[in-house]
Amino acid sequence: MGEGFDCRIAFAETLECLAAQDPRIVAVVNDSLGSTRLVRFSQRFPARLINAGIAEQNMVGIGAGLANGGKVPFVCAASCFLTARALEQVKVDVAYSRANVKLCGMSSGLAYGQLGPTHHSIEDLAWTRAIANLTVIVPADPIETEQAVRAIAAEDGPVFLRLSRMPVPEVHPADYRFRIGSAAVLKPGSDVTLIANGTMVCRALKAASLLDEAGVSARVINLATLQPLDREVILEAAECTAGIVTVEEHSIHGGLGGAVAEVTATGRPVPMRILGIPASFAPTGSAEWLLEHFSLTPQGIFSAALELLETRVRG
Amino acid sequence: MKQTAESSPAILRDLARQVRRRSVQMVHSAGLGHPGGDLSAADILVTLYFGTLNVDPEEPDAAWRDRFIMSKGHCCASLYSTLALKGFFPEQELNGFMAPLSRLSGHPNRTELPGVEANTGPLGHGLPIAVGAALAGKMDSAAWRTFVLTGDGELQEGSNWEAIMAAAHYHLDNLVLIVDRNRIQQGGPTESILAVEPLAAKFQAFGWAVREVDGHDCAALLDVFHATPFAAGHPSCILAKTIKGKGVSFMEDRAEWHHGVPNDAQLAVALGELGPEIHG
Repeated sequence: MGEGFDCRIAFAETLECLAAQDPRIVAVVNDSLGSTRLVRFSQRFPARLINAGIAEQNMVGIGAGLANGGKVPFVCAASCFLTARALEQVKVDVAYSRANVKLCGMSSGLAYGQLGPTHHSIEDLAWTRAIANLTVIVPADPIETEQAVRAIAAEDGPVFLRLSRMPVPEVHPADYRFRIGSAAVLKPGSDVTLIANGTMVCRALKAASLLDEAGVSARVINLATLQPLDREVILEAAECTAGIVTVEEHSIHGGLGGAVAEVTATGRPVPMRILGIPASFAPTGSAEWLLEHFSLTPQGIFSAALELLETRVRG
Repeated sequence: MKQTAESSPAILRDLARQVRRRSVQMVHSAGLGHPGGDLSAADILVTLYFGTLNVDPEEPDAAWRDRFIMSKGHCCASLYSTLALKGFFPEQELNGFMAPLSRLSGHPNRTELPGVEANTGPLGHGLPIAVGAALAGKMDSAAWRTFVLTGDGELQEGSNWEAIMAAAHYHLDNLVLIVDRNRIQQGGPTESILAVEPLAAKFQAFGWAVREVDGHDCAALLDVFHATPFAAGHPSCILAKTIKGKGVSFMEDRAEWHHGVPNDAQLAVALGELGPEIHG
């Protein structure tokens, strides 16, 4: 599954394109020009690239101040540092203040692989999703990344955009239209529903193909916006299929699975499996190896879906 | 660009007295608040709003406005009093300080109250935001400036020092930091809890231009605000020497009034010492 596109490229190219049209758009980094893919942005718009150095609290505060001064700042840093180190600034300076700041968490989830749990960002969705006013988006491929960047630039308000560095294939058709708060049904199905976002969407689609071959009709939903949540699509899946399997490159606590479970438990209880990283710090291994280790693979998703259906039948 | 009305030091002193009266009344009626820091900041706030800042209460979001960020957000009673006197919202609203659904929360909220530039409360947030605002002004070659008021104990927060580095690195001479140096934080003297001195030398070493001023002398405050930037290409730091609880004898220089609440008798004494209400 190593083939594909690094969504940071689509992110950076789109941001450059928007910056060329809108002088309010600026970028803020924490000595992370390379890892945010903003080197060319910094060359094209040197006065609009603020390097805050290795100082994430100040970086996010600067973002809020730039917004106060009429700018549209994209604050870009490795997700682990952006969210964990500066969480109080994210909550107070950005979300509570309703500052027009776009927080862009790069290389999220397990993307840093062997660098270990200090650099893994598998709690960021739980943290950000719990903060009021904050839109949370996890794009799945370059097309969706581009459209998400355009959408958040056009909308006034605080956003956390979670990106990876792991290559992903295109999962959306060229005419796909991303809308903040709207989930996309990528494949219809009537037996079971697979809900994923980010890097897990392509794996959920492959799992659905495996299920098809086994005679199980699987619906696949890309839940790219975690906040605000598309409750209707989730409730419809709970109504029309026998169970829901969620898949995320995140802790199984408080992220995509938690968000879906909150909706189903209170709206339409349905059997669920929540796939992600169990409550543990990951062992040493490459990102790809870790995804295998935690069964975040088409085969792992396939098995969880079958097991869910079998349990339900036996029950 | 609109010009701010010049206020004489005598008028500023009266306004500061009014802010002090309002602040202790608000803390008394709410049964909560931080009067010590409200009283130490009063002269700084009125000198900013009535003698320095280019702001228009009729147009609180005007792009050209000077920004003032109250980093020591717990001292919002004095900020609210100053904003109300300036006309950002009706003075009567001060009576509802911290009441249910009031816009005047225990820490300022810009999304609800006109004139508030940043939501502050946790310490060490205002200066980074001010650095961002000053950067925006620089990018636009704008004439407006950014002022920020921090406490002194607040400088124990590391985020301030990240911002202090950044302000000098980006040559933000459109940024003015005022430190309310009343020497006392919640638990006692700053120097016994976690020493912040030597402040002037620290700021100078970080690339700032520093001046010290009597933070209760409105004429001196006017002069020092008007003298900013102290050095082209450098951010300005004003160490305002103040007295916690200034103007109310039993509150002065006492840590317990950091968040003490006066009872009815104490309020009467405080108001008596502060002098008569100003009308009109």
